[in-house]
Amino acid sequence: MAQPNLPNNPDPSPAQPPFVVEMRGIVKRFPGVLANDHVDFELRPGEIHALLGENGAGKSTLMNVLAGLYRQDSGVIKINGVPVTFSSPRDAINAGIGMIHQHFMLVPSQTVTENILLGLDNPRFILNLSRYDSKIAELGKQFGLEVDPRAKIWQLSVGEQQRVEILKMLYRGANVLIMDEPTAVLAPQEIEGLFSILRSMTAQGKSIIFISHKLNEITAIADRVTVLRRGKVTAAGQPARGLTRQQLANLMVGRDVIFNLEKKPVQRGEVVLDIQDVHADNDKGLPALRGVSINVCAGEIVGLAGVAGNGQRELSQVITGLRKCKQGRIYLNGETVSNRSVIFGIQRGMAYIPEDRTHVGTAPNLSVTDNVIMRKYRQSPISQYGLLNMPLAVKYANELKQAYDIIVPHVSTPVRLLSGGNLQRVILAREISGQPQFMVAVQPTRGLDVGAIEGVHRLLLAQREAGAAILLISEELEELLSLSDRIYVIYEGKIMGEVKIEPGEPDPGLIETIGLMMTGTPLEQIEQQGVRVHG
Amino acid sequence: MAEKTKLFTRIKFYRIRIEPRLSEPPAWYPPLISVGALILALILGGILIKLAGGDPIRSYAHIAKASFGNIGVISDTIVKATPILMTALACSIAFRMKLWNIGAEGQFIMGAFGASAIVLTKVLPPETSRWVFIPLMMLAGMAGGAIWGFIPGYLKAKFNVNEIISSLMLNYIAVAWVNFWIFAVWTEAGFQMSPKFPLNAWLPRLTDYAQNIPALSGLTTHMGLLFGILAAVILWLVVFRSCWGYEIRLIGDNPQAARYAGVNIAKNTLLVMMLSGALAGLGGMSEVSGMVHRLQTAPIAAGYGFTGIIVAWLSKLNPLAIIFVSILFGALILAGREIQPSGVPKMIQGIILVCLIASDFLLRYRVRIVNTAEEK
Ligand SMILES: Nc1ncnc2c1ncn2[C@@H]1O[C@H](COP(=O)(O)OP(=O)(O)OP(=O)(O)O)[C@@H](O)[C@H]1O
Ligand SMILES: [Mg+2]
Repeated sequence: MAQPNLPNNPDPSPAQPPFVVEMRGIVKRFPGVLANDHVDFELRPGEIHALLGENGAGKSTLMNVLAGLYRQDSGVIKINGVPVTFSSPRDAINAGIGMIHQHFMLVPSQTVTENILLGLDNPRFILNLSRYDSKIAELGKQFGLEVDPRAKIWQLSVGEQQRVEILKMLYRGANVLIMDEPTAVLAPQEIEGLFSILRSMTAQGKSIIFISHKLNEITAIADRVTVLRRGKVTAAGQPARGLTRQQLANLMVGRDVIFNLEKKPVQRGEVVLDIQDVHADNDKGLPALRGVSINVCAGEIVGLAGVAGNGQRELSQVITGLRKCKQGRIYLNGETVSNRSVIFGIQRGMAYIPEDRTHVGTAPNLSVTDNVIMRKYRQSPISQYGLLNMPLAVKYANELKQAYDIIVPHVSTPVRLLSGGNLQRVILAREISGQPQFMVAVQPTRGLDVGAIEGVHRLLLAQREAGAAILLISEELEELLSLSDRIYVIYEGKIMGEVKIEPGEPDPGLIETIGLMMTGTPLEQIEQQGVRVHG
Repeated sequence: MAEKTKLFTRIKFYRIRIEPRLSEPPAWYPPLISVGALILALILGGILIKLAGGDPIRSYAHIAKASFGNIGVISDTIVKATPILMTALACSIAFRMKLWNIGAEGQFIMGAFGASAIVLTKVLPPETSRWVFIPLMMLAGMAGGAIWGFIPGYLKAKFNVNEIISSLMLNYIAVAWVNFWIFAVWTEAGFQMSPKFPLNAWLPRLTDYAQNIPALSGLTTHMGLLFGILAAVILWLVVFRSCWGYEIRLIGDNPQAARYAGVNIAKNTLLVMMLSGALAGLGGMSEVSGMVHRLQTAPIAAGYGFTGIIVAWLSKLNPLAIIFVSILFGALILAGREIQPSGVPKMIQGIILVCLIASDFLLRYRVRIVNTAEEK
């Protein structure tokens, strides 16, 4: 109302601008890193625009600029054609831009509705919660985001929590939704659910920016793709239809990526890890492992397939000494390792890549140097007589930085400033460099770019050729099939069966068998039925 | 008139917003903020002195003179700083592991008690050599503090009892315990204090060497300072250059990662609480043996343990920084004793504290003034 009438403005209803978001020449520099180097980015109304790039390419930085978390050093942002400057996330959300981070920012003890209303000026004090409950339920229904508004956050699965985050943004009037690696934390079925939500949102005019490292997801959901490499745009808004995985990978890393590495035949050695009838509880005290028996031999990679939450985490912890075994035994080279200390395993050449790199795998405020010596600081020459040899530790950290391509200005940088993929590299460097005899790798490629995944796969295969025994726990069936010599399938804490993987393209029957086992059908039953069908 | 309303509406549209800081502030920012906070505190203190009818400039000059004016008062400042230095070191190592040891006060008192017991139980004849007395008193002092640290440490490690509560409660028990002994057992002619220690149980002071170097006459700075500085340097080496210190830093930053690295958290909880107690206990020993020369509650239970918490925090838990910050606090305490009315330095001490602690906020948040009218 108070809007002054601009003189000489003959066009009262300008045509809908072609872009909801237009970023021009964005530059963002961090000490020692040029994270965004004159980046242009355009988002059309109602599209799903994928943002792709190697680890540390500057994707999160660019989106943090758009979401008002960082201020660009130079460059312009236009929303619906109007230049804006954001100096806080609140400014951005007022302009209709909402970002959903990889780590959810929800209060576990509060309900969905309370979390959504939290921090809003209106209502400042919640008097009549149930009125908002129904409002939120309605909003949820509109976009296919079904969650119970009265449920407490801690009761929800990761996928449901993500929906709450989306609802939170929609409730604040977000028109553009930025999702930074939303699928990294989801199980395969949940990913399907997320995709149908995204489609229903774009159908109602919302626009979505989607960051992911999984190329098959990009080709499945995105309308257009923008690719970043080392802070620069290498492909701007190309239509995603028709792009192959290989082409995408090429744009990202600037070379051909080999998806199926050649697996050299390796003579299988002695049994290294032998797990016999292991039972263990989870954090809540409920049985998580119910009689698991598997073994891993020298020179082989054994995969453990299964939908997340079927005991994989607990199994890795029991092996590495972080969790007590209630029954059964675990032997490493014939020596009992179950119910011993973590150091016991470390001293016997056991390496462990934990699934949670920020909460378990690293100490965020300590330096890269402090983080790479985490599992060998007791050993000479890093320490002698209880004293750390810091110059040597720094030298060692620099060697690993070189050898494993960790992008960080200096090894004294606290690791919380590293990009996701670089953090994973710090962990990998630390674990693999010790020439382990046995290794448990849990989701070792989660959050890594295709080039880096290839690198990790090479490293794992090299370890196998060097005679290490590797237990690979992953939810990526494709990864398991291309690396493993054998695959066990776990379901509700029990092993459903074991299959051998022959070199070459896996046959569809085998994949189907694994899929059936993952949903709880034991192998014997599948085989009996198979016999019946054929008979 | 019109001007005024316009100004008013303009102000109305400005709002102050506080937002979490997402990127690291540059390296020069934290020290600048601390200095700024100090200056602000002095200005605020000055205003209050003015309001109370005093002359701020003269009061400050007086405080400065009372604590750094000549070699004599500098020595007194150092004497005051010594116990704070020890308790701050004690707190810093526990806080580094995110163990909130609020019991340095009690550990300090028990250290004083342990050291005194060596003298007062008369296990050694009073003419025993210094070379026997002092080391034994040091050991006993550290043991007394360590035991007082062990109790909350054990409760935490074994039963996950909150160490804040248990260590705090132990402070009161320590005072009552010492009171019992000086009232009932070691009382000096019915007074609430023990007899004076024999000279050989005193820590050497600068003034003891006045015969050879007359300039040292009257300077009561004692060897406790040396213990403190040595302890600070050793503690720095332990924290940043030893495996044990590495484990402590790891637990403090991420206990889950520490477990993954094979660190025994329960064991370290016990050890760190005992080390923390032993450092505070050594402070108690140095105070009775270097300064008070008898066991007496009032000068021992003077709140050094609590000041230590603040000093440790302001020094960002860095043992070397603690040396300087505790001297600053020693000066403020001394000034408090010297000037009348003694409320002024206490008040300034409080204001400095509030400002410094509040300034920490600016490291983690930024304050912006926004025009809400523009947003609409
Ligand atoms: N706050 C910060 N301070 C210093 N450097 C930073 C900061 N944030 C990011 N960087 C650096 O900027 C570069 C780009 O990081 P960014 O997080 O944008 O990468 P990304 O493309 O999201 O990578 P990933 O796929 O691994 O998540 C990296 O080299 C990173 O180390
Ligand atoms: Mg990122």
